[in-house]
Amino acid sequence: MNIPLSIAAVGRDTADSVRLTPAPPPGRLIDSPRFPVQARVELGNAVQRKNLHQAMTTIRAKRAVVTAELDNWEQLRLAGEAIKNRTLRHLDHYLVQLEESLTAAGTTVHWARDAEEANRIIVGLVEESLGERREVVKVKSMATQEIDMNEALEEAGIAAWETDLAELIVQLGHDRPSHILVPAIHRNRSEVREIFNEEMGRYGRPAPEGLDTEPANLAGAARLHLREKFLRAKVAISGANFAIAESGTLVVVESEGNGRMCLTLAETLISVVGIEKVIPTLEDLEVFLQLLPRSSTGERMNPYTSLWTGPSSGDGPTTTHVVLIDNGRTKVLADPVGRDALRCIRCSACINVCPVYEKVGGHAYGSVYPGPIGAVLTPMLRGVTSPVDASLPFASTLCGACFDVCPVRIPLPDLLVHMRHKVVEAKAEAASGGRGLLHPHLEPVLMRATGTMFARPSLWAAAVAGGTLGGRILKGHVAHFGPLPWPLASWTGARDVPIPPTESYRAWYARTHHEDGSLK
Amino acid sequence: MSSSAREEILGRVRLALADVPPADETPIPWTYGQPRALDDVLDRFEDRIIDYRAAFERCSGAEVPARVAAALARYCARSAVLPDGLDDAIGAALVASGVAVRSDRPPLTRTELDATGAVVTTCAVAAAETGTIMLDHGPGQGRRALSLVPDVHVCIVRADQVVSDIPEAVARTVRALRERRPVTWISGGSATSDIELTRVEGVHGPRTLHVLLVETEGRG
Repeated sequence: MNIPLSIAAVGRDTADSVRLTPAPPPGRLIDSPRFPVQARVELGNAVQRKNLHQAMTTIRAKRAVVTAELDNWEQLRLAGEAIKNRTLRHLDHYLVQLEESLTAAGTTVHWARDAEEANRIIVGLVEESLGERREVVKVKSMATQEIDMNEALEEAGIAAWETDLAELIVQLGHDRPSHILVPAIHRNRSEVREIFNEEMGRYGRPAPEGLDTEPANLAGAARLHLREKFLRAKVAISGANFAIAESGTLVVVESEGNGRMCLTLAETLISVVGIEKVIPTLEDLEVFLQLLPRSSTGERMNPYTSLWTGPSSGDGPTTTHVVLIDNGRTKVLADPVGRDALRCIRCSACINVCPVYEKVGGHAYGSVYPGPIGAVLTPMLRGVTSPVDASLPFASTLCGACFDVCPVRIPLPDLLVHMRHKVVEAKAEAASGGRGLLHPHLEPVLMRATGTMFARPSLWAAAVAGGTLGGRILKGHVAHFGPLPWPLASWTGARDVPIPPTESYRAWYARTHHEDGSLK
Repeated sequence: MSSSAREEILGRVRLALADVPPADETPIPWTYGQPRALDDVLDRFEDRIIDYRAAFERCSGAEVPARVAAALARYCARSAVLPDGLDDAIGAALVASGVAVRSDRPPLTRTELDATGAVVTTCAVAAAETGTIMLDHGPGQGRRALSLVPDVHVCIVRADQVVSDIPEAVARTVRALRERRPVTWISGGSATSDIELTRVEGVHGPRTLHVLLVETEGRG
């Protein structure tokens, strides 16, 4: 398949000769093109479109079956929402409690305000613990992706090996994840075989001779390739799905056993945990560990869940660190409306059900968080100043399917509208800041004009009369407007505009009803 | 400086939550630790284990050693690690059937563990509705790596350890967690759906999970 291999070839010929791990695509995610621009590119990727359609259809059906099985599913959602709200509304209290519990259990706690600080701490901790090989093994973690930790380690001359099968495919493919749960879902089996054959040997045990495209055999190749890395691992880096304030217990949920390998075989374990991951008690796990797997992979339970509370004598790592990261989360918390997004447990149910995501895939979102939650959380965490961030809240039809499946009842459609408002506000502010006359932003102007019209019945009546007149003239000639000239082109480029009706609702009502509301 | 980062983050959090009254406490509409109503807990457990495409059989306590030996023979495992605290009769049965039995005292190296064909453990509790077996790594269960690195895991579950669902099972493991012991939940063998969402059983963890449900201590 020409797209992946050409990317791989470019990466290899340029930077890879001095790199320890495969080079990801160049550039920062925040500099990605606006969503509609990249979406158009992604729509041209037929392999991705086919894979996504099939995968998303399957995973939605599985989720629907296993959530319908539980007669208390809605109560579980309400409980999950309430536990997260309780925690977030007193996050300072629970963070301090978590720190005390972790410390009492023998874990060293570090705090990082942003990605750069987190990476500096992590590099320092890894340097202290390295063996003869300058490498770490990694459990799949969204937090480490968010801070771009692998590249920070690479710059420090330390190789970070992804051990989740999909993350391995992405890493070896010089690629970026396109989904938070199944990051290589945009690849098909023959692409995976190509990547394994081409790349595995450069970074460790080569793919077996004569590897075919059977998923079981591809997984077998990954097992062999990674086993030597697990058996010699000194340092492992994980995230955490949950951090329990009362006990200092961390929880990692996974399927393949790569997580358990990292969490138990290494001597030093560094866990990178967003400050919103804390929940109050061990008992709260009974709620979240029913919600998460059913919402995520559509399984009643994921194959492996690891719970650990500091180092354990004679079992697993002897040194444990936790790096608590803010990286924009307190900014989200400061917005009383937006803070609902911090309840997210990264299950991916909203992504799997999103009709927009299913067509364009994850790369269009310019963020490690795609889909509805990404369209909300990314601009909340990064702000709405970059072109891609300002475009993300509009990457939705507001159909509402995401709220219905969210296990912690995040009102995603409301938050999308909330963030659209922020984007428009920011544009208006930029417009009034000196550039206004030359390049007026059309939306704030139109919205203001519409607001004025709604406020004055005479203006409204005149506008309606104009519309229905247009409708009467056009009726019978055209069914809808095609593409319109600027400034309406950006709206009609992807939409048909129906011709106006020949009669307004008010006129119809007055014609067919008496003043008391009864039908004529 | 990490301590100033701590103060700054906590300061940001407090500032962000200025609108929340100190006495605010979101009520949790949930009763913890409740059982789930199931027709037959053991049947549900069996159904779920089989659904994960793991092997399942029921036997009496007296039959366990022979069943373990038969299972290892079926999977062609020629060596096995037996954690401290496992019934000695199991080791004896394995030795008699020609399996090289290894103890974890002193601890096996990772390489030795990797070269070991199977592991036999007991468990702490199991949840029927999700087919989840929980190890608290107490006697008979061994440290975490034992039930991870070998390719075959035979797990002995007593009928009285099987509860209806996750809430009851969590309640039974809270004590071990408060004592800071690690706990591992196992629901079928290791698996992945990362390639085209096709489920593949067996990635890094044991590719074979064999569950022995012990319904009575002896025969009759």
